[in-house]
Amino acid sequence: MSSVAKSLAALAKPRWWEFAVWAMLLCLPFWMPSHALLISEITIIALFAMSLDLILGYSGIVSLGHAAFFGMGAYSSALFAKHINPDPLLGLVVAGAVTAVLGAVCSLSVLRGSDLTRLMVTLGVALLLQELANKLDFITGGADGLQGVVMGPVLGRFEFDLFGQTAAWYALGVTLLVFLLLRQVVQSPFGFSLKTIRDNPLRAQAIGISVHARLIAVYTLAAALAGLAGGLQAQTTGFASLDVFGFDRSADVLLMLVIGGTGWLWGGIIGAVVFKTLHSLISAWTPQYWTFWLGLFLVLLMLLGRERLLRPWTWGRRA
Amino acid sequence: MSADIVLSCQGLVKRFGGITATNNVSFQLERGARHALIGPNGAGKTTLINLLTGVLPPTSGRIALLGKDISHLPPHQRVRRGLVRTFQINQLFESLTPLQTLAMAVTQHLGQGGNGWQALGRDPRVAHRCEQLLAQFHLTEVMDQATQELAYGKRRLLEMAIALACQPSVLLLDEPVAGVPAGEREELLQTVAALPADVSVLLIEHDMDLVFSFAKRMTVLVNGAVLTEGSPAEVAADARVREVYLGQADQHG
Amino acid sequence: MLTLLFDGVAYGMLLFVLAVGLSITLGLMNFINLAHGSFAMVGGYAMVMLSKQLQIPFLICLPIVFVVVALLGALLESTLYRRMYNKPHLDQVLFSIGLTFMAVAGVDYFVGSTQQLVQLPEFLKGRTELWDGALGMGHYRLAIIAVCAALTVVLQQLLVRTRFGAQLRAAVDNQRVAAGLGIDVNRVFLITFAVGSGLAGLGGAMGAEVLGLDPVFPLKFMIYFLIVVAVGGTSGLTGPLLAALLLGIADVAGKYYIPKLGAFIVYSLMIVILMWRPQGLFSRGSK
Repeated sequence: MSSVAKSLAALAKPRWWEFAVWAMLLCLPFWMPSHALLISEITIIALFAMSLDLILGYSGIVSLGHAAFFGMGAYSSALFAKHINPDPLLGLVVAGAVTAVLGAVCSLSVLRGSDLTRLMVTLGVALLLQELANKLDFITGGADGLQGVVMGPVLGRFEFDLFGQTAAWYALGVTLLVFLLLRQVVQSPFGFSLKTIRDNPLRAQAIGISVHARLIAVYTLAAALAGLAGGLQAQTTGFASLDVFGFDRSADVLLMLVIGGTGWLWGGIIGAVVFKTLHSLISAWTPQYWTFWLGLFLVLLMLLGRERLLRPWTWGRRA
Repeated sequence: MSADIVLSCQGLVKRFGGITATNNVSFQLERGARHALIGPNGAGKTTLINLLTGVLPPTSGRIALLGKDISHLPPHQRVRRGLVRTFQINQLFESLTPLQTLAMAVTQHLGQGGNGWQALGRDPRVAHRCEQLLAQFHLTEVMDQATQELAYGKRRLLEMAIALACQPSVLLLDEPVAGVPAGEREELLQTVAALPADVSVLLIEHDMDLVFSFAKRMTVLVNGAVLTEGSPAEVAADARVREVYLGQADQHG
Repeated sequence: MLTLLFDGVAYGMLLFVLAVGLSITLGLMNFINLAHGSFAMVGGYAMVMLSKQLQIPFLICLPIVFVVVALLGALLESTLYRRMYNKPHLDQVLFSIGLTFMAVAGVDYFVGSTQQLVQLPEFLKGRTELWDGALGMGHYRLAIIAVCAALTVVLQQLLVRTRFGAQLRAAVDNQRVAAGLGIDVNRVFLITFAVGSGLAGLGGAMGAEVLGLDPVFPLKFMIYFLIVVAVGGTSGLTGPLLAALLLGIADVAGKYYIPKLGAFIVYSLMIVILMWRPQGLFSRGSK
């Protein structure tokens, strides 16, 4: 094989440690059964973060309102389970489909404009949906939230148990599948074209890439995946409340990506783990003032430069 | 004998508020042309390129590529039909390597740019073409370095390599040797001279050596309008051109 | 209906004074400062402390609040913000969100999370009815309109008539050239940021009675300030002023006529406007 062909082939090769880490993750509900709920939570947020990475890390769209899709996924799957069919996988499909449509529509709003405009529009959409969910309380339960969502068994066999074991495997399974899917996407020509759009939209256009079409496509995909995360959230907790659309949620997931590193899939996973772990530790210490320490951490991190955050595991990563 | 016209524009006008950047420009490029566009700074050369490539919408006028009207075609579609340009200031993908960049351009040209499943470069045609381009532009040694780490000369070569990766039928070069240090110019000039004969080239340049050694025809643009057009000898002899651009020959004390 | 218009104008003028600092900061330093609302909040709490605990009369508190918050702004600009100017927008956003979180949590810790009430002086309470009640003007809102209008005129004069104003406009237009002309850009930034923050503090102090004051103030109103800036553009004062008035009236009218949908209308309008004109309704160029 020529060196050119070798370099190209190396782009797609999975690293050995990726298998190892995933094997470990999948075993976690078995090793730490008492932490099953936390495992589910972290996994769902990691999925959410990966979906944001698609538009932030790979395509360069700064979004402050990605929770719009998370929330839409949560409510649509909760309502579906409550009123139509409690099958979890079917519910996920519905959540993904509904948020994909929402994503496609919203993508039109981020095609043009500066970073500030995009920030505003994405924030606006999330706030709008939150308002809508609040006001349509006869459907959504308003400020009290949507309660009493009882799920059927996964694949017809695995009942959701009180300890959260099923939920943890379920969330991990879905997230792994999405991870594998995204791996293919980001290494494909489509994935690379997103990076060209992020780096230089003018030049991307000048080599024949339809920037708008690609952005619409990736935004729709990212929205659908965020919707899956939201759906998992509602299904594993049996509950959906207005804060699924909240600014906190959008800001937190943004921060997770910054911690873990944008533009590579593991950033979302690592960021979610680190963030949630820190949250648990600090909340145990000063329960109300997590926000303060979070803020301080953000300020310091940004001042020092987020590339300098010690990440020894990034040596193997591709830009 | 009528030449085969690949690119033409008629009555092209571009106004920005009160300023007329492009003033009723009509222009034709023949197949296999080696055509140079010169003019003083601010004459509107880059604006004209932006109009031809669709980056700017014209205030009025028409543009045709290979006989078909493209006046309202979006920029990326014009590229797909074979109208490709390079930029005066390098427009590169800083986080990608030259290999990845070229692979992307080649893949896009092959119509596979939207493929979301197969890995980039898996297609053997892509690897083969990238190898050719990297060799042609002396980028093979740096093919795996991030673009932002490359020396300026290499970046300029990459700038042109990207354009060629798109297999242009019409190539618009916007000041290809601008800012290139003397040592690396030769490399670049040879590459420009070695462009395939069936590619029609429009060159914007200030470097008169390059222009006169390269061009078979020249157009002079002043204040957004065409002053004159002809062979290099005709243009060089034109007193108006000398006055406006090349400097008056008899103004030596 | 006229009363609604009146209330909307009062609200809008308040929003303008609150947001104008953000607009100029964005136009000048190209910095997205989501923490702007925190300065307003600090102003509000300072006002409460000064009037309640130190028993300083309301009208005297206002300029004190302005100075205090302006000094705070100057301090933060020179120590922290200055290092963030050349960083990517994402970093700036996260930085200012971090500051906001710290401010919100800090206030919650020191003062508690209950709504703060400001005691208005007697002469500002009360209401005047005109035309058989068709137009009801609360005296406080009248005062707000008067003060904000005066501030707007002063700002405009400062911008247009003074040398500093010329330097500011030059630096907004083209920072590098302005510096090349010998304008001390750092000083311009510092003063502008301080004044902008001071105005926000003043707005927060005046607005405490109308808008409410609690630790989540910066987050609740952030979107409103951003709307004023995004829709109004960042070049000049008229854009943000018109945008603020539009927003104030739209919000008040929306909440009155269609309470079910309330803020929904404002958000939708904003999204539509930004999609149609990404550079803002009233701005000259794009940012």
